[in-house]
Amino acid sequence: MLRLEGVTKRFGGLTALDGVSFAVAPGTVTALIGPNGAGKSTLLDCLFGVQRPDAGSIRLGERELVGLSPDAIARLGLARTFQNLRLAPFETVLDTVLVGLVARQPFSLWAGLLRLPATRHTERAMRLAALQALDRLGLAHKADWPAGVLAYGDKKRLELARAIVAEPQVLVLDEPVAGLNRVETEAVASELRRLRRAGRTVLLVEHDMDLVMRLADTVVVLDGGRRIAQGTPVEVQRNPLVLEAYLGQMEVVA
Amino acid sequence: MNARLVHFVWSHRLGLLVIVAVAMVLIFPLVTNNPYTLELTNRIAIISLAVVGLNLFMGSTGQISLGHAAFLAMGAYGSGVLTVHAGLSPWVALLAAAVLAAFFALVVGVPLLRLSGHALAMATLACNVVVHHVLLQEDQWTGGPSGLAGIPPLSVGGILLDNPVQLHFFVWGVLLLVLFGALNLVRSLPGRGLALLAADEIGAACLGVPVLRVKVALLVLSAVLAAVAGSFFAHTYGYVSPDSFSIFVSTDLAIMVVLGGMGSVWGSVLGAAVIILLPEVSDAAETYKEFVHGGILVAILLFAPQGAMRAIRQGWQLAVWRWRRAHATA
Repeated sequence: MLRLEGVTKRFGGLTALDGVSFAVAPGTVTALIGPNGAGKSTLLDCLFGVQRPDAGSIRLGERELVGLSPDAIARLGLARTFQNLRLAPFETVLDTVLVGLVARQPFSLWAGLLRLPATRHTERAMRLAALQALDRLGLAHKADWPAGVLAYGDKKRLELARAIVAEPQVLVLDEPVAGLNRVETEAVASELRRLRRAGRTVLLVEHDMDLVMRLADTVVVLDGGRRIAQGTPVEVQRNPLVLEAYLGQMEVVA
Repeated sequence: MNARLVHFVWSHRLGLLVIVAVAMVLIFPLVTNNPYTLELTNRIAIISLAVVGLNLFMGSTGQISLGHAAFLAMGAYGSGVLTVHAGLSPWVALLAAAVLAAFFALVVGVPLLRLSGHALAMATLACNVVVHHVLLQEDQWTGGPSGLAGIPPLSVGGILLDNPVQLHFFVWGVLLLVLFGALNLVRSLPGRGLALLAADEIGAACLGVPVLRVKVALLVLSAVLAAVAGSFFAHTYGYVSPDSFSIFVSTDLAIMVVLGGMGSVWGSVLGAAVIILLPEVSDAAETYKEFVHGGILVAILLFAPQGAMRAIRQGWQLAVWRWRRAHATA
């Protein structure tokens, strides 16, 4: 169970997050939506320790995440994709996915320098896992391409493969289908359905309402740094506050 | 049969490369016994030690250090002062100098590596200037501007390393060992994380790379390698002077890394070799050194920012691809 309570983040005079609370139940897909500037990206940064919230707590099970470094949080079993792609352009696709397994091993430069037979053995097993993850997203045939030359849609799915390869406890996706075509979106959607069937917990930040409505169990709506609604997709769709946030205040025009 | 041979060569390419490299090192002194040539290749090996270390730091953190000549100086002067003034044996002096450099890197690195980009480059440059000044001013120990002479050579198993052939086997042997470790590191799982760290720090952190700890560890590792290179330098020539460790030497080390390719282990040796051999090719390269080295840096950043080694590999892959395409249709 991932639980946020009263998470607040201020940048000078601007309150980006104002006491945001919600919980992500295990084995469900929770969508986080909101207009541009609602605080979604700041919330993810706080969740991963990239930003430190000014107040509030974020708990994974019994563990408090606020104050931990991003790598410590990754080692607790959280994995994410990024809205703006974060890839090393000269690394091959397969090597890029392998980075997703870094958090599953103690980070030891000595082990890397010596690379004893036992290390090589685990590396082989990990390469297999990485290839499987690529295969599920339809990228296995490009495993030896440099990541930098992939098309945008492929890069997006490559990031998803990197996030899922370690089978994380909580998977956080920042706009995974933004800019993807219908076929590519469908590959991501079916992968998300498979993850939910496998009992994984997913927090999905997305503008594609069609995807959100089809996949999400719970929808959390942010606007102006505050949580204005939470519920099932159908409930949220009918919520007047949500409509106002997206469409502007409705006034009677004489 | 031919396909099986190709497969064997390809799947054992690293092992074969190591065998070829070792064979070349073993055969080289038989091909040439010209002491001048050997002195030159030995210098390439010694400087390569420092460049490999600097490349592990720069290529893994994406940060630029313009102060690694300071670590070179700590090795060289550490060895020099401890053998000449304190009368310690060369190996003890080398070890002590390496420990000193590691300690200095740790103390300086923890606060400094919170900086990045130009700020970090300037801070490392400043460290180099400080160390250079200490070498000039503390003349009762360092000999000041006139340098420190009479440093004894190293010896291995009772053999004194005082002629170029013995030194050749020793320094190239050490370099091959270091290359082996460095290649292991970049190919390992932590190495994959380091490649991402160089490209995108936040991305790497969110995927489990402990950023600050790794940066400090790599700075310490590169400092130790630079210090060992500096000690070899001192014990080889028997004489050190502050000019060998000015900020221009630091920029040359960084240029060697960029020329070979940040993150490319073999590129480090290539970069060191090209910069060291340039004056042999043309006197102008020595007279107008700053212009030539600056020009190389600009040219690399403009036309092959991935570095010469990767550019060569990509060119080769492109040629193979074109050849295959031409023969597939024929």
